[in-house]
Amino acid sequence: MSLDYAKNDWYAVADIFCLKDGPRQTRLLGTDLTVTGPADTATVTDAEGNRYPAQLRFDHVWTTLGDAPRTLFEIPQGDEPGRRRVPCGVVRVRCSPLRAVENFLDIAHFPFVHTDILGSEPQTEVRPYNVEIRDETDEVWATQVKFFQPQAARSAGDGIITEYDYRVPAPTTAVLYKTCPPKPEAQDVIAIFVQPVSETECDVWPWMALYDDESTFSEMVQFQHEIFVQDRSILENQRPVKLPLDPRMEIPMRADLTSVAYRRWLKKHGAFYGALTEDA
Amino acid sequence: MTAFTLYNYVLSGNCYKIRLMASLLGLDYETIAVNFYPGFEHRSDAMLALNPAGTLPVLTAGDTVLTDTQAMLGWLALNHDPSRQWYPAADPLLGPEVLQWLAFSGRLTNSAGLARLHAMLNWPVDGEAARRAAVRDLRELELILTDRVFEGRTWLVGDRPTIADIACFPYVALSPDAGLEHDGYPAIRNWLYAVRSLPGFTTMPGIHELHELREPADG
Repeated sequence: MSLDYAKNDWYAVADIFCLKDGPRQTRLLGTDLTVTGPADTATVTDAEGNRYPAQLRFDHVWTTLGDAPRTLFEIPQGDEPGRRRVPCGVVRVRCSPLRAVENFLDIAHFPFVHTDILGSEPQTEVRPYNVEIRDETDEVWATQVKFFQPQAARSAGDGIITEYDYRVPAPTTAVLYKTCPPKPEAQDVIAIFVQPVSETECDVWPWMALYDDESTFSEMVQFQHEIFVQDRSILENQRPVKLPLDPRMEIPMRADLTSVAYRRWLKKHGAFYGALTEDA
Repeated sequence: MTAFTLYNYVLSGNCYKIRLMASLLGLDYETIAVNFYPGFEHRSDAMLALNPAGTLPVLTAGDTVLTDTQAMLGWLALNHDPSRQWYPAADPLLGPEVLQWLAFSGRLTNSAGLARLHAMLNWPVDGEAARRAAVRDLRELELILTDRVFEGRTWLVGDRPTIADIACFPYVALSPDAGLEHDGYPAIRNWLYAVRSLPGFTTMPGIHELHELREPADG
């Protein structure tokens, strides 16, 4: 059953800010939870009083409902000195948690949804890029993704060709590494930690670790909010609501290679929570 | 020299009213990003000193500090629209009608706007009550706009767009963010389309550009 695999992953259920005014009442995989701060020693309990493990990573409180949880992935760049780490709060979206991740991996929509920020017409071409499922870490990677962007980051002035690497370390987490405008030898890190509320609803926690000495914290958060909420209305209108894993149900194009690999990888693991499968 | 400074949050429909009006008037302005969410910076001591009500947006220009969104629309029109099209304040018929719609836009903030905050940012309010109030307001607007169409008119007041349209536009246009789709409101859809077609129109997250109106690539 789809819940079995999902239970043994870790999920962000709070960030370092949101517990300051009291506990957070939330739902994870259909289970009502109470997350009580402070964040570094947070407790997670359900309505019956069962307590679940909690750990503070990437400025978020993570928990798991399973008896045999897989190890929480690492994002080593996040700890590098000089980076500013920006938890961006949480946005509720009525879509499958897997659709939220898949949208984050897509570049072809940039000129049409993030017009004049992450893309612009007529520069809509997605050039060939590499996609692989890395056996040693069991992660999906897309590398050397190049795209013209009018304003790639808060810290970017004029348009640049931005190079992206995308990574899926867990079914409901996507991390991207992209050209850092003020520090070309480094990469900015932007991630979404998707908390599956149910199979068709999720709380999305965007998180960034950037080199940017110019922007205020508020400006960086707003830049991310603007981009993410541009996606929200699109995500809520995708049909079918659950992510189809049967390759006959949707016709991918060359630009969708990352999505194809992601869906294949989900299928291989039986990570079906939020997915539409052949036998459904 | 810019026309004014706007204390701004990018996802706020009320902040967007001011950005939209300024864009329609072709004005340059400064923005100061306020972390409304998740930082609740609009309730910080510094912001409360500027605006005791603790709301956004706030507009400053020289010694002028405005904290009410509808007042800002009036200020923009009276100070930066010599044609007086956007706020016919001196017209004994149209002026009061505009004021009436500005008040209605305040109702929309508390119905459709609140329903959106609940659906999107999990605001601790009664989401169902807000949605019911939003449906009531949308139906009221739909009826009035339908009558306007029968009269051969497009805009809320008179024969030209005014700050009444700009004040009411954002939270109506954003209602799908709260799951309140526009399918059942054909007159509202026409009116939204008319606003989005205005020269100088600008977007916000959740309100998309009319791509079909962009200049064709081959000129």
